[in-house]
Amino acid sequence: MKNGTLTSDPYNLIIAGVGGQGNVLASRVLGGMLTGKGYHVTIGDTFGASQRGGSVMSHIRISRDASWSPQIPKGRAHMIIALEPTEALRVLADYGNPKVQVLCNTRPIYSVGVICGELAYPSLEDLEKWVRGLSEKAWFLDATNAAMKLGNPIFGNIMMIGALGGTGALPVDRQDFEAAVSRDMSPDRVQVNLAAYDMGVKMVEG
Amino acid sequence: MSHLVDGEPGSRHLMMGNEAIARGALEAGVSVAAGYPGTPSSEIIETLAKAAEARGLYVEWSTNEKVALEVAAAASFAGLRGLAVMKQNGVNVASDFLLHLAGSGTRGGMVLIPCDDPGALSSINEGESRHFARLVEVPLLEPGDFQEAKDMVKWAFELSEELQSLVMLRSVTRLSHASGDVTFGALPEGQPQAAFHCDGFVLDANEGAVMSAPVDYKHGQQHDKLKKAEALFETCPFNTYTGPEKPEVLVITSSACNLYSREAIKLLDVEGRVGLLKLGTTWPIPPRLVEKHLGLTDKVLIVEEVVCFLEDQVKILTAELGAQVGVKTFFGKRDGSLPMVGEMNPDHVAAALAKILGVQAESVPEEYAGRAQEAGFVGAPGRELTFCPGCPHRASFWSIHNALELDNRKGFVCGDIGCYTMGVLPAGFSTLKTVHAMGSGTGVASGFGKLGPFGLDQPVLSVCGDSTFFHSAIPALINAVHHKSDITMVLLDNSGTGMTGFQPHPGLPRDALGEDAPAIDPAEVCRAMGARVEIADPFDIETTQQVLLDLLQDRKGVKVLVLRQICALSPEKKGKKLYEMTLDQEVCVGENCGCNRLCTRIFRCPGLVWDHEKQAARLDEVICTGCGVCASICPSGAIQRREVA
Repeated sequence: MKNGTLTSDPYNLIIAGVGGQGNVLASRVLGGMLTGKGYHVTIGDTFGASQRGGSVMSHIRISRDASWSPQIPKGRAHMIIALEPTEALRVLADYGNPKVQVLCNTRPIYSVGVICGELAYPSLEDLEKWVRGLSEKAWFLDATNAAMKLGNPIFGNIMMIGALGGTGALPVDRQDFEAAVSRDMSPDRVQVNLAAYDMGVKMVEG
Repeated sequence: MSHLVDGEPGSRHLMMGNEAIARGALEAGVSVAAGYPGTPSSEIIETLAKAAEARGLYVEWSTNEKVALEVAAAASFAGLRGLAVMKQNGVNVASDFLLHLAGSGTRGGMVLIPCDDPGALSSINEGESRHFARLVEVPLLEPGDFQEAKDMVKWAFELSEELQSLVMLRSVTRLSHASGDVTFGALPEGQPQAAFHCDGFVLDANEGAVMSAPVDYKHGQQHDKLKKAEALFETCPFNTYTGPEKPEVLVITSSACNLYSREAIKLLDVEGRVGLLKLGTTWPIPPRLVEKHLGLTDKVLIVEEVVCFLEDQVKILTAELGAQVGVKTFFGKRDGSLPMVGEMNPDHVAAALAKILGVQAESVPEEYAGRAQEAGFVGAPGRELTFCPGCPHRASFWSIHNALELDNRKGFVCGDIGCYTMGVLPAGFSTLKTVHAMGSGTGVASGFGKLGPFGLDQPVLSVCGDSTFFHSAIPALINAVHHKSDITMVLLDNSGTGMTGFQPHPGLPRDALGEDAPAIDPAEVCRAMGARVEIADPFDIETTQQVLLDLLQDRKGVKVLVLRQICALSPEKKGKKLYEMTLDQEVCVGENCGCNRLCTRIFRCPGLVWDHEKQAARLDEVICTGCGVCASICPSGAIQRREVA
């Protein structure tokens, strides 16, 4: 181990969002960072209806020496990364506990029910209040807006990975990220993804 | 992707279960792989197609699953290793050939991989394929983790060659679409040669004709093979036991349920009290091995999904072994310890074990759980499934719905499987009234169309996707034409197998390997059958509705309307707008328009948002894909479109 160890084994992390936000890519990148350091990683992705407006969730189990179930037991998440704020609440309802930590992107994605005026979308103040009340620690980041400055809202997911790195909750750092994305991406794409990662780190340091 | 082919033996990789299965097939030296797209199976063929050039494989997306199994079997008959891949429903489609293949036997290694979907995460059923192994009497394997997903595929080919029988290897969504660590083995060298020997004595398994008759001889042979499989399974390394020598409870499980059971045992901290018998060979189950473990305790919990398959087999064996193993108390689905329907998870298994052992799992404080549930309920508005912005299906269903309303004879639409299944939801204006298997919309419509003499006087329509048309709607349509059934089939042609990721089909000029292929035009096929065929662009609402109304008035036999517009998510289309759209909130009169907020309340494209403050519709320019359809439905002219040059 280069830097630190797991605070729990397995460490249970959930990345939640809406179809099209890059949920699966984010879980793959994080998985790659951790396998690169010799950890055993199991990822359970729920997709399929993802392109059609549905909620998407990835369960990531991280362990020193064993593979775990692709479904985290109820109430056992250590960290929730929500790419969309109401998805944080949806996940907390099933997998939350008083010790959970939450990294939350604040940009809403309205469902059809909200768009057509049948359902109400809560205010950001209420969302923050609920999430804080249901977690040991929570960070609220405007990752999508920051990502648009990099040219594409999709970088929001990488920024959230950077933010995770910044919290120090997992024994991974920028080098691990660079190594993981360099395996799959062209050098110019690696640069912009590194920029997104760094912005994410800064967001939780501030 | 590159590590799939270049990964060194002994190297460890994080892989999706379907990728691990594909790597296993490559390590086995598979030569031919065929399948039909279906979640959660599609990535296996896609992954093999990417490796085809480097590894000298032939890979195809077949017209349907039965053809896929036939194509793969031909490779086996010619001495090569053949693989067929499909989702659970596909095995139903392939089952007639499957029965005959089980009887005829195989030569080169022949493996069928069905991927089941417990909990119906991406299906409209949770039917399972394991029963087919018992029904047609071929060996069945079930990997219990990601490493096994790779290793067991390789073993399945070896087993198939040893037995000269088809071998089934069943995966599930939580293996196929989950990812875990996989350590690679070596890839074989050299290109195997194909030759079909068929001039020998008729009963010669390697030189004679390949068939399931004479039945008494071949069926007897099949049973000899199963006996041999049973004996091999007794010492198979994929059947494992972990736990104490004298457990209080024996858990018998397979597949992803192995991971849930392991987790539940840890969760309850009962490793010293519970034994876990994980079976990798689930048909036939190895009787001596199971007997040995049944002897350890008198309480047995069987964990599986979805139907009672292991549970039935273990109970039969226990009855047969009554004198040796004594009376057992069984827990599982039949006694209600585990749910009979839906997917399994660690919590279900933990609850069952906790009940049997009289222990309690640590859970979140009640007060917290209550608050979390409430916040989730109040704060997270539901995400109803809908068609993508710019989806041609929304426009098509809009026109079908409106034409039926204008026709005013209570016409209805029969549907089947694809993104367009959502036509049954408000997203498709609840237009579909029957939904069953691939191609069934047209078959059911063909039947409805013959009920006139019994007094059914409603217009009958069916919808069908372009890939579904080739898969299984053609026989239904021929049936309707031949029997002069009065129906209108709307072919929703979006130029690809949209729902599963744009796999090519016979209507397209390229194949799974990206090579040029002769495209077959569905409209020409329908004309050749003798149907009246019209073609329209679903984005042209006015023309589409006129043509539809005209077809509904034409009471003579089969009419086909091909609505042709490429899927909004297809690589060719994505990001390209047909129109620049504008919405003038000053012109929109909202609730006072008399249109009942047609665009945001009824049409419900995600690109159109109801602006509470301004009491008018608003265009979300990030989401809008510029299909232009909403401009045709706005009666006040607030929505305008300008063609993109």
